[in-house]
Amino acid sequence: MEVTTAQGTALPRSLEDIRADFPILERRINGKSLVYVDNGATSQKPLAVIEAIDSYYRNSNANVHRSMHELAADAERLYEGGRAAVAELIGADPRETIFVRNATEAINLVRFTWAREHVSSGDVVLITEMEHHSNVVPWQLLCEERGATLDYLTVGADGALDLDELDAKLAREKVKLVAFTHVSNVLATINPVAEIAARAHSAGAVVLVDGAQAVPQLPVNVKELGADFYAFTGHKMLGPTGIGVLYGRRELLEQMPPFLGGGSMIKAVGRDSSTWAPPPAKFEAGTPAIAEAAGLAAAVAYLNGLGMEAVRAHERELGAYALERLSALPGATVHGPADPSARAGLVSFTLEGIHPHDLAELCNREAVCIRAGHHCAQPLMRRLGVAATARASFSVFNTRDDVDRLVEALESARAVFDL
Amino acid sequence: MDALYREYILDHYKSPRNFGELPERDAEFQDVNPLCGDELGVHVKLEGDRVADLRFHGRGCAISQATASIISDELKGKTVAEIAELDRHFVNEELGIDLSPTRLKCGLLSLKVVQGALLGTVEWPRGAQEAVDVSPEEAARMRSEV
Repeated sequence: MEVTTAQGTALPRSLEDIRADFPILERRINGKSLVYVDNGATSQKPLAVIEAIDSYYRNSNANVHRSMHELAADAERLYEGGRAAVAELIGADPRETIFVRNATEAINLVRFTWAREHVSSGDVVLITEMEHHSNVVPWQLLCEERGATLDYLTVGADGALDLDELDAKLAREKVKLVAFTHVSNVLATINPVAEIAARAHSAGAVVLVDGAQAVPQLPVNVKELGADFYAFTGHKMLGPTGIGVLYGRRELLEQMPPFLGGGSMIKAVGRDSSTWAPPPAKFEAGTPAIAEAAGLAAAVAYLNGLGMEAVRAHERELGAYALERLSALPGATVHGPADPSARAGLVSFTLEGIHPHDLAELCNREAVCIRAGHHCAQPLMRRLGVAATARASFSVFNTRDDVDRLVEALESARAVFDL
Repeated sequence: MDALYREYILDHYKSPRNFGELPERDAEFQDVNPLCGDELGVHVKLEGDRVADLRFHGRGCAISQATASIISDELKGKTVAEIAELDRHFVNEELGIDLSPTRLKCGLLSLKVVQGALLGTVEWPRGAQEAVDVSPEEAARMRSEV
């Protein structure tokens, strides 16, 4: 099952080998082998990640930053090693790499620190119609609190943003922050981050990028992209739940007030006031997710072992194949860009006459796990004129066979509905 | 034969009864299933404290649309107090199947909006949560599944 791609960047190991690394793929549902194509919701975990977490609790469990004993040194090494691994993956300095719970918390951290100090009455926070709720609701709340205005860049029929519209809004409005997703979790659109960031910076705005769907499948370098903040989560990139990452440009992080107050984030505590530890500790109050950091380090090592260029090529190839097969189904509408090179490895679709929830239920009968619903992107659903879509989203262990099984399941769903 | 998507349910899904608007109505309510964004609304005409007529409107999956259609005739003639007593078991009985936890809210949405219209309640009908609780046997099954 060796995969070669249009770019010739093949995965260094066979898909059979890679699949053997994911224990959950042995599970059967309704007597059938599992087809998991819901990685946009959360990815499955390779054994290396599961073992890293297990080993931490068996061999190294201790709190970080506190004790002198050997276990604490182990825990500290695993936690900070996780940070270093993640920082290297995205081209950041570890001091600019903050561990949080998930991408949502990463974005909210910026809302409660940088944004509260820099966005005020009359200012504009500019987002897009293709944002996940995690990059919508925090800005609604901020704008309400600060008397600022939330504005949206529209999504065109091709699933892309219009950079002329961006320029026009930057010229006309007092935009303080441009917050947008790197990869749309519904449309599969890969946004031109560097281009958007350059234009936003020229207008004096700060740039926050939601990388939750991008880091698992694209080579990402936050410096080359020009992001001031870049948020993502561990569990969509083969890592555990409960740990996410906020990259922040060092000058910004140093000037920002703390997020949560408590242990680990202080330099010294007086009776009435305190001073803060330097970043990233300033933003990491309380005992952090240590086992999860160890697990995330293992996930990063796993991805690096495959090579992010090869992962991208694999995702692109599967996304293109799924797009082609799903588009050919009678009554199918697929969303997002038509050009596979502009797409990430996921496809949202609807089939006329069958609600996405029913599609997901009937796919499950065939042991095919897909997502159905609004994908936490209700403004985009309204733009697309649908209440919900079904979505297949791929990871490193998925194959063309998985796409074929999905299509077979959808055909059997059509038969159930007499279509 | 598929228990969930059998002819009875698909027929109600494809040709839902009592769907549309009631220009003259005494109560109405609309809500969404937050899990999927499906919207369902209801118009109700009362005679005294009894439901004389009702119409659903909105869009949703086969289960939510069919349930609305199936319970619509059952609800006519019931008093407000009787409708307040209805819960998950009523919906399961009407459908002739125990809805799984993942589909329960699809089935309960129509009853929820009717209770919302008549009683002003915003909670899900009773039983919506129970089905999500994991029994010890269920937990053991999940642990040993692979």
